[in-house]
Amino acid sequence: MPLLSVENLRTHFRTADGILRAVDGVSFTVNAGETVAIVGESGCGKSVTANSILRLIPESIGKIAGRIVFEGRDLLGLPIKQMRQIRGNEISMIFQEPMTSLNPVLTIGYQLSETLRLHQGLTAAQALARSVEMLTLVGIPEPAKRVRQYPHQLSGGMRQRVMIALALACSPKLLIADEPTTALDVTIQAQILELMHELKSSAGAAILIITHDLGVVAEIADRVIVMYAGRKVEEAPVEKLFRTPQHPYTQGLLDAAPKLGASLKNSEGRLSEIPGMVPSPKETIVGCSFAARCARVSQRCREVVPSLEPKSADHFVACHHAI
Amino acid sequence: MSATPTPIYSGPIEQGDLFPAARKSRGFLALIRRHPTIALGSALLFVILILAIFAPYLWTVDPNALSPAHRGRPPSLRNWFGTDLFGRDLYSRVLYGARVSLAIGFSVAVMSSIVGLVLGLISGFIRWTDAIIMRVMDGLMSIPPILLAIALMALMQGSIINVFVSITIAEIPRVARLVRSVVLSLREQPYIDGAIAAGTTTPMIIWRHVLPNAIAPLIVQATYVCASAMILEAILSFIGAGTPPSLPSWGTIMSDGRAVWQIKPYIILFPAAFLSLTILAVNLLGDGLRDALDPRMAKRF
Amino acid sequence: MDTTPILNVKNLKKHFSVKGQTVKAVDGISLHIMPGETLSLVGESGCGKSTAGRAILRLIDLTEGEVELNGQRIDQMSARQLRPLRRHIQPVFQDPYSSLNPRMRLRDILAEPIRNFGLSPNAADIESRIRQLLEMVRLPADAAGRLPHEFSGGQRQRISIARALAAEPSLIVCDEAVSALDVSVKAQIVNLLQDLQKELGLALLFISHDLAIVEHMTHRVAVMYLGRIVEIASRERIFGSPQHPYTLALLSSVPVPEPGRTIDRIVLKGDVPSPMNPPKGCHFHTRCPFALDRCKTDEPKLRSVAPGQHVACHLHDLPPSENPIAQRTAVSEVSS
Repeated sequence: MPLLSVENLRTHFRTADGILRAVDGVSFTVNAGETVAIVGESGCGKSVTANSILRLIPESIGKIAGRIVFEGRDLLGLPIKQMRQIRGNEISMIFQEPMTSLNPVLTIGYQLSETLRLHQGLTAAQALARSVEMLTLVGIPEPAKRVRQYPHQLSGGMRQRVMIALALACSPKLLIADEPTTALDVTIQAQILELMHELKSSAGAAILIITHDLGVVAEIADRVIVMYAGRKVEEAPVEKLFRTPQHPYTQGLLDAAPKLGASLKNSEGRLSEIPGMVPSPKETIVGCSFAARCARVSQRCREVVPSLEPKSADHFVACHHAI
Repeated sequence: MSATPTPIYSGPIEQGDLFPAARKSRGFLALIRRHPTIALGSALLFVILILAIFAPYLWTVDPNALSPAHRGRPPSLRNWFGTDLFGRDLYSRVLYGARVSLAIGFSVAVMSSIVGLVLGLISGFIRWTDAIIMRVMDGLMSIPPILLAIALMALMQGSIINVFVSITIAEIPRVARLVRSVVLSLREQPYIDGAIAAGTTTPMIIWRHVLPNAIAPLIVQATYVCASAMILEAILSFIGAGTPPSLPSWGTIMSDGRAVWQIKPYIILFPAAFLSLTILAVNLLGDGLRDALDPRMAKRF
Repeated sequence: MDTTPILNVKNLKKHFSVKGQTVKAVDGISLHIMPGETLSLVGESGCGKSTAGRAILRLIDLTEGEVELNGQRIDQMSARQLRPLRRHIQPVFQDPYSSLNPRMRLRDILAEPIRNFGLSPNAADIESRIRQLLEMVRLPADAAGRLPHEFSGGQRQRISIARALAAEPSLIVCDEAVSALDVSVKAQIVNLLQDLQKELGLALLFISHDLAIVEHMTHRVAVMYLGRIVEIASRERIFGSPQHPYTLALLSSVPVPEPGRTIDRIVLKGDVPSPMNPPKGCHFHTRCPFALDRCKTDEPKLRSVAPGQHVACHLHDLPPSENPIAQRTAVSEVSS
């Protein structure tokens, strides 16, 4: 049985100028111990998907519909109290901006201990000791000293490590990482990716990583889901996705990203573009959401929403004219 | 690692929106629904403005006409709001008093905005003047506005012009501080750098790039200044340091009824109610404008 | 063939005074750009590349150094003298959402430089220039009457590029101009810049942290670390055989969109030191996997190690058999 099963997730927001369909019917699963990446550009709904799983969408502005089954329980049906017991404990999340994800007026040690005392019932002393352990685990030098420091005294890379420590403190079964390295410098990003590789094997958690960076996906993911305009367009194991993409959008993304070292192989020319731009989530799109920009478009694409079809046992595409 | 095949969700695919479609109504009614505070505030203010402007035609008598025979009468059909201790009709006094309050409120708001804008622009742009101007502003702000106004009135005769001047001086520092902070933050915007690189002179940058973007917060602040000025004027008149007795203001009316408010509360009640309503209207308008004019420039989605 | 550089920067320094301490954001960099050439300035946050760009554009004043634009010294000029010369060097900034005055229509945004520099005799001519500019950046002609918020991020960057082109410059400084855009839009803008360069013979100073994009569109690269240039070379040499440990680490850190490929990655230890308190000697020695004792005290100077390649590193004083970089790049040249 999969660890997490998201079924027909829809998250809509009510705004002043209409309904914003951020996520419009997305289904996928995450199995224990595996790393699934959700890839897409801005506005595709990937971050909203992550927030919806943990129900971090305020009721006053957004509604979530569908089923999110975690270890047999539908998260959307749980009372908030039980949801809180799951957050940080069985499912935890790390966010993009390390600068703003930590409370600036509380020490690192306090923030780490808080989650340990809450979910695991440790005493203050026990929690502090475990916090120092966690900081060592994520590779922070002088953890005993750092535990007493405030977030502003740490660099961006360190703060992201603290976030990872926070997330892993209660040994969650699922870790959701929303653009964890986007705000970091590339050499620091390399450090964090290396850390995540190590922790993947030792912590045994399943990881759902949200990113727009195909390089990060290639390095860390087992399976990849490609989202566009609130819908899922392709899903495949990572090698199959990169070697034999089936959806024109995936192909376009892969072609549009320049590869380091391409100039040396004389394999360059213009970067291949995807013409046009991502549709606004407030628009109602009839038919395939990618039709307006697709080179393989036909009349059918503009009328009928393509459904997700399996092209092989583990490769799914939503396209009338898959490659 | 072998990837277990994903079972495709095979249940019924529900479509459709999770919210009822918003009726995209254009026009006046939609505007009111979207900005109820602005609508309410301006409606109230408009009513009071009408009452003030058309006071002579709204069944009033001379507000200063003494009528000793009818002193201190409670509200009746003859005197809708009753009479004060000199027999003057309160209804007329309140309506004419509205003129004073509104005139002071608006004129102070306008003048302090202009002066504050100029001072804020200068101190925000010409760095060496910043310290000087801001220290003077700090000095003025450290004195409670009402005391400042009283002190200034003590130096001058009591007349409506002098009330206007003293209250304006008391209100300028807040506006100047606001404009300065807006200017400082606008200066950091890349489009200002773009304008510099495009060869625009500093005065034109202020005129074309800074001012239009500074107007919105300034307008909001002006409404709060208006409310504050009205209260200050009422206080000044209440203690006798405001407009001369020949020009009734709500503060003066309340002052007249001060001694007898326990037995004749209507003398204070009506001007107080009007003052409160007017202040409320102005504040509502200010709040509504602040929300409406919020920087929505980055419509990112 | 014109051999006068469009831009010639000598020993540019920009120091800030923060709470009594001096932050040497840019600590003596020298570079030049020839007409029609793209020089990329790369580095991570805090390296000073954006500050250098702003100093070259004279949006901030220099602490020390010379900047020559078309042979003329502009670093000491007064604002009034400088103004007409600004047309030759124009910026495109990073954030599409704050690079344009939200209350100005496109027509006015584009007309501003044209009017300021007196490039047009009358209003009709301005209109036709505006139409031309919109066409050049592939925006619809009816865009002229609209406000910036009606456009997407990528379109706004096109508008910024059009504004830069309106002044008919010889050099455009792109300060992380595509960093805030999505992958597919990045490709559009990069292609546009390259086309414009070919069409108009523009020189570009491309400031970026995205090495893959840089590789695609640049002729030469200067790598900065904590205010200094550590390596400057042609594209082939920088990406083919980098000679500075930082460049090596930087290149190897970029995640490659090829699953399963093993990367010989140099993962640097520790964080980027704060520019307020840079390490003595070579700024990079605290994180350098090949640091020598000498590096802690002597600041290495840029010197030529190959045609078109200058590196600031003490390792190149060692004989090649002892130089770990020379060995590394020799190996990677063979395997790639």
